[in-house]
Amino acid sequence: MRLKTRYPLIVGLVLVFAYFYAQNGIVATSVSFSAIQLALPLALAAMVGVMCERTGIVNIGIEGTMLISAFTAFFLGAIFKDTVLGVLVGIFTGSMMGLLLALMAISWKMDQIIAGVILNILAAGLTSFLYRQNYSIAGTLSPIEIPILSDIPIAGAILSFHGPITYFGIFIVVALWFALYKTSWGLRSRAVGEYPSSADTAGVSVIKLRYINVTIAGGIGGLAGAYLSLEAVGIFERGFTAGKGFTALAIMIFGRWNPLGAFAAALFFGLAQAVTSQLMIDEVVEIPQQFINILPYVLTIVILAISAGKVRPPAAEGIPYEKEKA
Amino acid sequence: MKRLPLSGVLIPLLSVLVAMFFGGIMIAVQGINPLYTYEVLFETAFLSFDGISVTLAKATPLILSGLAVAICLRAGLFNIGAQGQLISGALASAWAGYYFVGLPTLIHIPLALLFGATFGALVAFIAGALKAYRGVHEVITTIMLNSMVIAIADYLASTPFKEPDQPLTRTPAIQDSARIPDIFGLPFGFFIAIAFSIALWWLLRNTTTGFRIETIGRNRNAGWYAGISVKRVTILSMLVGGSIAGIAGAIETLSITGRFEPAFNAGLGFDGITVALLGRGNPLGVIPAAILIGGMRASGSTVQFKTGVSPEIVDLLLALILFFVTAPLLARLLKRRHENVAITSGWSN
Repeated sequence: MRLKTRYPLIVGLVLVFAYFYAQNGIVATSVSFSAIQLALPLALAAMVGVMCERTGIVNIGIEGTMLISAFTAFFLGAIFKDTVLGVLVGIFTGSMMGLLLALMAISWKMDQIIAGVILNILAAGLTSFLYRQNYSIAGTLSPIEIPILSDIPIAGAILSFHGPITYFGIFIVVALWFALYKTSWGLRSRAVGEYPSSADTAGVSVIKLRYINVTIAGGIGGLAGAYLSLEAVGIFERGFTAGKGFTALAIMIFGRWNPLGAFAAALFFGLAQAVTSQLMIDEVVEIPQQFINILPYVLTIVILAISAGKVRPPAAEGIPYEKEKA
Repeated sequence: MKRLPLSGVLIPLLSVLVAMFFGGIMIAVQGINPLYTYEVLFETAFLSFDGISVTLAKATPLILSGLAVAICLRAGLFNIGAQGQLISGALASAWAGYYFVGLPTLIHIPLALLFGATFGALVAFIAGALKAYRGVHEVITTIMLNSMVIAIADYLASTPFKEPDQPLTRTPAIQDSARIPDIFGLPFGFFIAIAFSIALWWLLRNTTTGFRIETIGRNRNAGWYAGISVKRVTILSMLVGGSIAGIAGAIETLSITGRFEPAFNAGLGFDGITVALLGRGNPLGVIPAAILIGGMRASGSTVQFKTGVSPEIVDLLLALILFFVTAPLLARLLKRRHENVAITSGWSN
């Protein structure tokens, strides 16, 4: 988001919250709490996009990465009755998906859109073939009470008592922002995404850096998948990710390929969903459930249509790198 | 595009075999004999008249959804939205099928097909227009539209168009006058699909429209310099693709399902992606690809009954086929030039 729109937006949100809080305190807090929970997988998935695209790789396989990681996290977590192990398995699975994308996009120079679609279809095929009923995990990851923070009125109820992946996820967002803009790794990555040949001239190994980043990004996608199956609900179903990986791409663009911007955009999506559900429950509006469900998709399209032409993706995005021959 | 005729057939064929090899490993891991599984699969699908009839019926919507993806691929667009366009067409034709009473068959069927085509095209138009005028990547919009169409169709079939006095979410059955019959025991829709394949093949080869589509598909800038309205051709390609996907849904409704029920059409449009890429984006190549995949779909439940392998094995095989046919692995092994399909363009340009 642009700097000049950022502060009015935050002030506006606080005012809106204050208004609703004055109306009904408990509802306002619970809506904000669930907004964070709805936003988190989108934010993490958007980090995958940010990290890949900043180095010049388009990743539309985030959906599949999340799906198959949610799957392996859930089933290995269930088989070994160890939820934490499940999370680790999810991260590993995600990074393997990232590696596969890197292989197709970087080494084989395949069209990156097709490579991403292959990831999605492979994940859907594998998970629906291997899916078994009657598995259950020992329990979802338990919420954490943050000391001090939970004693603060309002903010404590909204920000405390989330699960461990939520807090780790927020840490990842901040860390990725810091790493991208304040470290030499970030400078190199961004250079590779914008102008790979001059990064190469400056001694950066374009291929290697792209491989590393896309693989790590895959791991983050795996964490997002594990969040869905092990922290948010504790089950796995076929087609479980329901388009979140694609919505994440719109969030990434809305956030202008900046981790903090994308996080804010994800919160906006989460809030929109949480508020609509609440309006439904309160019977303020009578909208068929199906229309509530399509809200994130409509938002995605609208945001893309509005932001097109106003935002600029990394310049080298989608182009396989070929060393110039002297 | 001139291609070596051999590798145009060889690589898809090899992809299928290699995919079946890896699928076979997954079957063997479950303690089931993969060779027997495949034997049952092919016997059921291709070795009896009834089997072939079912296979062709399953292949029909796949040919059309494959064409819907293929024509857009030729224009450099990746239409992942065949699924949504197909569902939109299926519902529209079901409505036209039950709402109009007393029409002669020769009018009712084309009318219902027209409804299907129109509403399929309508969904695709949104993606095409957003691509042409706002530069929004069609992969994202079509996927979002898929989910939206599924939800809206579900709503329509559960409320305004719902069959009265029964609990299921579905429309009333279509009138008999809208039913597409079998001819000589073979599904008539299959021949409609073949006609569309040939027509599109001819369109791409012999008309200026086809030339324009192919030109912007190879290089949008070159198309623009050559004076082609890239915007218009983009929208046109999506409209053609969407209407064909809509007809796929309509034929499915009018000949197989007889009404619209949300779960009926699951996956047909997605299989179209594999069909199109396996057929190398060629309208005629789509036909054998669809028959092969239709055969797999047709025999899934028999395979489960006889061997215990779950029918989702087909999903896995299709995913593997897609991987091997698009990745340059096999082409390299054969030391042949691999033509990468290139359709990447940024999210907003």
